[in-house]
Amino acid sequence: MNDHDEVDILLVEDDPIDAEMTIQALRRANLANRLYWVRDGVEGLDFIYCRGTFAGRDPLHTTKVVLLDLKMPRLGGLGFLQAIKTDPGTQKIPIVVMTSSNQDRDIAESYRLGANGFVTKPVSFDEFNAAIRNIGTYWLVLNEAPAP
Amino acid sequence: MSAAPDASCATHVDILLVEDNHSDADLTMRALARGGVGASIRWVQDGVEALDFVNGTGEFAGRDSSELPKLVLLDLKMPRLDGFDVLRAMKANERTRPIPVIVMTSSNQRRDVAECYRIGANGYVTKPIDVAKLSSMIVRVANYWLKFNQMPK
Repeated sequence: MNDHDEVDILLVEDDPIDAEMTIQALRRANLANRLYWVRDGVEGLDFIYCRGTFAGRDPLHTTKVVLLDLKMPRLGGLGFLQAIKTDPGTQKIPIVVMTSSNQDRDIAESYRLGANGFVTKPVSFDEFNAAIRNIGTYWLVLNEAPAP
Repeated sequence: MSAAPDASCATHVDILLVEDNHSDADLTMRALARGGVGASIRWVQDGVEALDFVNGTGEFAGRDSSELPKLVLLDLKMPRLDGFDVLRAMKANERTRPIPVIVMTSSNQRRDVAECYRIGANGYVTKPIDVAKLSSMIVRVANYWLKFNQMPK
């Protein structure tokens, strides 16, 4: 089994420091066991569609949630969101935009494209950890994820 | 809290609870009050009332419909108009589309879960049978959506 099989959280984030902080916060809450990190929207789509590097991934295992950054090279969060939410085969996958932007335009556009939620990452370390822990708990423990 | 629609009451509502079962609605409102969620809640009993509330029509004609709830907790099986229809209508309307709608039901049938996401549910939670577990779940769900999730302004 590869580490990209049976993933519950797909983290799409280009900034390695932000990604590491998010993974650490989830790990402390015991929620990072089945997390996979990709660095931009192109890798994110390859993961979801089991192609490229992820050609051997089991498409029947859908992720419970995608945590999505907005500003990324190659393909940003909004482009990724649009691709997933306009495809009947993938539109049911929950996607939470998680970004340091709280610009009204980004929030409105994310919801318009079908984001399930939008969370602005707090700047303070403690609040950041609390927010990530709550996001992880909600989407992995409380929320019912769609079956494939 | 009265169940009777009253267009003259305060327009500000944090949570719109759409639930036809009186004891489930009662339990949900008690849990939110006891759990210190600190949210104003409006309970409506079926899909027709829910859409009238968010659109300021029918029994809620005259309500300021620009005041949208921050969160909708939606049952699926209801008389007159069910949860699927409410979801479809709210998500097809640009004005109500951004409101997070969380389906809260006793069914966890794969078909229902998939269909709800397909038509735009923001989340889906299955109600545990145990009352204590249900109360705690309701508080955690409301806290997550009201405190951490961000709505468009």
